[in-house]
Amino acid sequence: MRRIGNAAKVVVLGVWLLITLFPLYWIVVTSLKPKPEIFSMPLRYWPGNVTFEHYEELFSFADFGAYLLNSLLVSLVAAGVVTAIGVLGGYTLARFAFPGRGALMLAFLVTQMIPLFIALGPLYLLMSDLDLLNRLAGLMLVYVAMLVPFSTIIMRGFYERVPVALEEAAQVDGASRLVAMVRVVIPVMLPGIAATFIFAFVQCWNELFLAITFIDSEDAKTIPVAMNSFITQYDIDWGSMAAATVISVLPTLVLFAAIRRYIVEGLTAGAVKG
Amino acid sequence: MRLFTARRARFIALCLLPGVVFVTLFTYYPMIRGTIIAFQRYNLFDITSTPFVGLENFRAVLSEERFWTALRNTGTWVVVSLFFQFFLGFGLALLLRRHFRGRGLYQAWVFFPWAMSGFLIGLLWRWMFNGQFGVINDLLLKTGLIDQRIGFLATPGWAMTSVIVANIWYGVTFFAIMIMAALQSVPKELYEAADVDGASRLRQFWHVTLPHIRPTLALIVLLRIIWILNFPDLIYSMTGGGPAGSTDIITTFLIQQVIGGDYGRAGAVGLLILGLLLSFSVFYLNATRFEKSR
Repeated sequence: MRRIGNAAKVVVLGVWLLITLFPLYWIVVTSLKPKPEIFSMPLRYWPGNVTFEHYEELFSFADFGAYLLNSLLVSLVAAGVVTAIGVLGGYTLARFAFPGRGALMLAFLVTQMIPLFIALGPLYLLMSDLDLLNRLAGLMLVYVAMLVPFSTIIMRGFYERVPVALEEAAQVDGASRLVAMVRVVIPVMLPGIAATFIFAFVQCWNELFLAITFIDSEDAKTIPVAMNSFITQYDIDWGSMAAATVISVLPTLVLFAAIRRYIVEGLTAGAVKG
Repeated sequence: MRLFTARRARFIALCLLPGVVFVTLFTYYPMIRGTIIAFQRYNLFDITSTPFVGLENFRAVLSEERFWTALRNTGTWVVVSLFFQFFLGFGLALLLRRHFRGRGLYQAWVFFPWAMSGFLIGLLWRWMFNGQFGVINDLLLKTGLIDQRIGFLATPGWAMTSVIVANIWYGVTFFAIMIMAALQSVPKELYEAADVDGASRLRQFWHVTLPHIRPTLALIVLLRIIWILNFPDLIYSMTGGGPAGSTDIITTFLIQQVIGGDYGRAGAVGLLILGLLLSFSVFYLNATRFEKSR
């Protein structure tokens, strides 16, 4: 009985793994097929003649390298600022009781429940007033604002797992609060900090609606904006699109695999504790 | 936890200041401005006069057939996606509950859709559901389930089914992992006690596991309802709300208003969504609390 149960379990888990991975496999295969093979019947389930022409096309015709750099710059800077703000804010929220703390937590949590694009129009007006349309700096500012609540809340959670006694000991030894924080607490939290940074990076890397609202000029496009402009109503160059998908998903896959444990921990802890 | 004293006020303020400034300026300020705009005539292409028009924008939105279609579609989109994500996720969570060799690796692999953006997922499935060269048509033909290709994304009924299938694919694993965490929060002693009493696996599940994780499940479900409703990304790149508005949900409808430049109406739709979510959440929380205390 138990053996049958185990076999069934393996089969079910295997089938789900297959269902999960097949779309990824399919997009990789598509990106490696020469154009006639993509649009010919019968479908080939593995590429007969592997070609990198779609990748080359992206970089020679579409200036994909520039979009990559834009995305990289925006995501790195925004994620760095978001993480730094989270490290500071999370510390005070975890370690001090002060008037308005509950209200602040609530104000941050509410922004997580309400999607930012309800404010999409007014944000456009604000960006236009500040002369930040079509600028990577404008995008960075909005991304930071979008992710600060998350980074602060999750950092607070990580701080709460570090015993207060640890930094108190350092303070007894004569270190100031700031020194105690930098020397004693931060090192213990490094994995959590790295996870927050990567999560923020991936969010910025993937973000679409804010970017297509604010960015229109060729030299400020990020990858999602560029890919969005590849889409026309009836015709998509699927070879190039598949290649662009593979390129844009590769870094996030690697990074996400690295921090999956922390993200799951952070999110589920938040949900379970309510 | 240390108490608040005047000496520490400056340190606290300095640490919190950057975050508060960002969120106030780029989240709360635009939200408040959007609320005000909802009661103005505010079209991006003519902002020389933006008079207050009372409930005019709401009236205009509510009298639009497309709004009501989007609202009905939102119901289908949320309920069907949630149903499958929940039950498939629950099943997966039960299978993953006990430790086995390679579990971590398995989780890492099945978790990967969650690293993708909704936009990319939409593209991926748009390609697979392609009416002519799509692999799904090919597989269905090969297995003999259909005898001619289906224009999945070009046929109104099929289009909604297709976006929901993609959404289920995306959401199951995350649901599974949340539920798995909830399952692991059940104290082991409870099962030991149940074992001593000779309760079967099924009875243990029904009388120990379920009651214990019910509050968590209720919360996860609420969060996911809000989240699925607010997830236009996948639909945006997969069908763009088409054909003929058959995959429009309320949030893609909102985005169309923004792209169309009518910020007054967009504000009105935003407030309607907010009102809908808030009243639903209050109703839902009351209902689940009632359920718990019974």
